[in-house]
Amino acid sequence: MSVVPARDGPITTILRRIGAVVVFLASILAQCVPALARPRLIVHQIYNAGARSLIIIMLCGLFVGMVLGLQGFDLLQRFGSEDALGVAAALGLLKELGPVVTALLFAGRAGTALTSEIGLMRTTDQLTAMQMMAVDPMQRVVAPRFIGGVFAMPLLAAIFSLVGLFGAQLVGVQMMGVDAGAFWSQMQGAVRLDDVQEGFIKSLVFGTACSLVAVYEGYHTEPTAAGVGLATTRTVVTSSVLTLLLDYILTAAFL
Amino acid sequence: MTENVRPATASAATDAVVEVRGVHYAVGRREIFAGLDLAVRRGRVTAIMGPSGTGKTTLLRLITGQIAPASGEVRVWGERVAHLGRRELFALRRRTGMLFQNGALLTDLDVFENVAFPVREHTNLPEPLIRELVLTKLHAVGLRGAARLMPSELSGGMARRVALARAVVMDPELLIYDEPFVGLDPISMGVIVRLIRQMNRVLGITSIVVSHDVHELAAIADDSYLLSQGRCVASGSPEDLRRSDSEVVRQFLDGVADGPVPFHYPAPDYRDELLGGTGRMRIGGRA
Amino acid sequence: MRPNRALEIGTGLFVLLGFAALLFLTTQLPGSGVQIGGATGYAVSARFDNVGDLKVGSPVTLAGVRIGRVAAIAFDPTDFKAVVTLDIDKRYDHIPDDSDASIQTAGLLGGKYVGIGPGGSETYLHAGSTIEFTQSAIVLENLINKFFANFASGRGAGSASEPQESTKP
Repeated sequence: MSVVPARDGPITTILRRIGAVVVFLASILAQCVPALARPRLIVHQIYNAGARSLIIIMLCGLFVGMVLGLQGFDLLQRFGSEDALGVAAALGLLKELGPVVTALLFAGRAGTALTSEIGLMRTTDQLTAMQMMAVDPMQRVVAPRFIGGVFAMPLLAAIFSLVGLFGAQLVGVQMMGVDAGAFWSQMQGAVRLDDVQEGFIKSLVFGTACSLVAVYEGYHTEPTAAGVGLATTRTVVTSSVLTLLLDYILTAAFL
Repeated sequence: MTENVRPATASAATDAVVEVRGVHYAVGRREIFAGLDLAVRRGRVTAIMGPSGTGKTTLLRLITGQIAPASGEVRVWGERVAHLGRRELFALRRRTGMLFQNGALLTDLDVFENVAFPVREHTNLPEPLIRELVLTKLHAVGLRGAARLMPSELSGGMARRVALARAVVMDPELLIYDEPFVGLDPISMGVIVRLIRQMNRVLGITSIVVSHDVHELAAIADDSYLLSQGRCVASGSPEDLRRSDSEVVRQFLDGVADGPVPFHYPAPDYRDELLGGTGRMRIGGRA
Repeated sequence: MRPNRALEIGTGLFVLLGFAALLFLTTQLPGSGVQIGGATGYAVSARFDNVGDLKVGSPVTLAGVRIGRVAAIAFDPTDFKAVVTLDIDKRYDHIPDDSDASIQTAGLLGGKYVGIGPGGSETYLHAGSTIEFTQSAIVLENLINKFFANFASGRGAGSASEPQESTKP
């Protein structure tokens, strides 16, 4: 009658976890269409995931850009080609730093908020209560948050790249004296639409991954106070590792 | 709103809203129910009592279709809950209200919106009507004035009353209370007891109350069941139980520390363990 | 849920900002578009056989000092030459009109710029003048070809050590 559960080894555990996440993604996607019929819920989540991360994204973008300006200048100067700073900064930001750093910040800022919010709803029976009111929490709670995250990430990454570019320009042109015309003209000469597109696709993928991890961990939180803390930690760790892993795969695919 | 159509497959005991027959259920290796039988009759308050860990909450999850029994059947309004599809299950749940132990109010909505939540989710009623409906229910639990407070601003008793208003806002036919008295001060407890009775007598809602507060239950229950070690060990009116001379019933009602429900969690022999005996732990099965 | 004004404004702002950033990145970074500071000087044109990868916005220098930027690059279909419009800062209005313009490369990997070599005339360039003496961009491949041609004909590596003549292939 009661089957003794087979003990899982580490590999089986990982496989089961991946499988569970994929199944979870499928059930979110199934709920996305009805969820889209209620744009106000999604607007709320875009606000939570996007607008509330805006300041930190812009601040970090600025500093990353400024560091890029300094390091890039120092490096390029050795080859006497500091005019290429614009190209270096733009490509670095668009293709790598923008999507990746935004995803890491998103995991820390919005992802943890999502996990602890849903986790707390799990812990305080709110999700069960919804089910008992014949409301599907996947549709009412999970899907809007997922959509909000997926939607917000590329926009955040774009803002990050732009602010970063401004930061690089600030250091390179205003402080180090790289020629403004050369900075922009070389950049425009070297950056292709493909590069912008690559960054966009990356951030879209990272947005999907980070949002999925965050809502999954929240939804499957062990209903205790410690459980919420653990789930939040797992969200940051899993999202970060996943982002960097996916980044490698995508970069390899694009090159 | 709620469909009032009775299922064609009405069960034999026509006034049974919930029937549990021969249910077995286990979590992992631990058996929680080993052939549980009970019935909840229409229009009555049924108390389900038992010491902690006897699976009272598990029973509620079986009744509401959140989990399925390993064997046996749970019928609600004659339908086997475990065999229902999502749509039918949701239809069933719309006829059911549930009050959670801690209220389970949605923390990002205020009191008014919490009570309005099921209405907004399931109907397209115009705003003035929703307002009237919600305020009526809030008034019934005495919290109309708290409509714009957030759940974090409520006391435990108030939160439970809001949850009760929310549970009845869709006019359910069956109302389930999970440990409604836990952690309340005597006044709040009195209020909740009165409300449960009121919901039952005035609105005619069939009620299931899961609790271990013997005295409060005696005041409101028409029927009661005492669960212990996976089975129903006693049933009848609170009066019947009180007169019972069964050992388990006596232990539970009188609050004796040791008895059929042992004081000690299964453990190896005390003396062996103290003397550093390497004697293996005897796993004393509880079921 | 009741509409929440601040929330909707915040979201609107964020989405607008995001799309504006995305729009900027897609339209302004690739190709030419940004004009840093409007035209503040006078326009002088020069005709080159080959401008290489000179871009609008590239600097114009005289003795290594930046005096302006490339305002436009066009193509004259009658003589198949590139017409480069240089926007030279008003401050530098004493550039002899027999000066020459050459397209040079900044550093090993750097971009192209227009270098002005001053002449000796008493009259100066003004808005609308044309620089007569020009030297086109040096294309690396041509240079290498020339080097190997010279090398093969046994005349040694004469001009191969010319500095800063490199460009991306």
